[in-house]
Amino acid sequence: MIEFLLQPWPWYFSGPMIALVLFLLLWTGKSFGMSSNLRTLCAAMGAGKKVSFFQFDWKAQRWNLVVASGAILGGFIAANYLSSSTAVAISPETIAQLNEFGILDAGQSYMPTQLFSVEAFGSIKSVFLLSLGGFFVGFGARYAGGCTSGHAISGLSNFQLPSLIAVIGFFAGGLIVNHFILPILF
Amino acid sequence: MRTLIYFFIGILFGITMFKSEAASWFRIYEMFQFKAFHMYGIIGSALFCGAIVTYLLKRFNISSVIDGEPIVIPNKESGWKRYLFGGVFFGFGWAISGACPGPMFTVLGAGFLPILVVIASATLGTFCYGLLQKKLPH
Repeated sequence: MIEFLLQPWPWYFSGPMIALVLFLLLWTGKSFGMSSNLRTLCAAMGAGKKVSFFQFDWKAQRWNLVVASGAILGGFIAANYLSSSTAVAISPETIAQLNEFGILDAGQSYMPTQLFSVEAFGSIKSVFLLSLGGFFVGFGARYAGGCTSGHAISGLSNFQLPSLIAVIGFFAGGLIVNHFILPILF
Repeated sequence: MRTLIYFFIGILFGITMFKSEAASWFRIYEMFQFKAFHMYGIIGSALFCGAIVTYLLKRFNISSVIDGEPIVIPNKESGWKRYLFGGVFFGFGWAISGACPGPMFTVLGAGFLPILVVIASATLGTFCYGLLQKKLPH
């Protein structure tokens, strides 16, 4: 069992675990939606004084910030104590393709060093890509009214047509950038 | 006590995101290349179990384990523009940063500090949506 948990989790274990998180949040009277935290952060920093979208009782959303804090600690625990190796075994084809882009640690690490090692802070290109990506994620999640957790998991589990449209949008946008823009950016 | 409950749910979520590799940039890249079943298996099996969970909670009118209040799972507002346009923007960012709003926090805990740039700019993106909300088609 311990040996199993220390390996990368297979999809058929990971998916049900995500559903367990969904169940626990619904059962405790809340909902599963992580991007709401970004709106709460804006409100907590005083954005409500200028923009009505952020005028709400953000303190009622503190539970979700607590979930996010737990997710930080969970990441720390998993990376440091629950992993015999953190290399992500992506397919040989993907590795070869990323190598061509100059991402040489594909298949050997958890995240591309180029973007996520401390040295990335010193690279204009890396900081630009991270900022651009983050901006679209935050803007798009709020525009669509949810992200992967709110729409793809919670919404589709509840057979919501708007969530299906949003998920189609997620993949349309992702496929365009992945196939046509990333080869230029890298 | 309640805070502790949500903190533990968060820890469980964070561990799941890291160990499933859904928080890995490489897995997101590979998913959009259709080169592995892994991410589709995760989303598909999460949905299969999630749909059963959601159905049972509604079917048996289960109340909240914390305060006994009825569990309400609201329907999404109808329409399509905001979902499609917003979704496409989200997809742009997802493919570049490889990070959704949940795994972002996990990746931070795992020690990949440049994710702070992603979290900060995602917060800025959320703020800009708030600024433009009334001008955007919904």
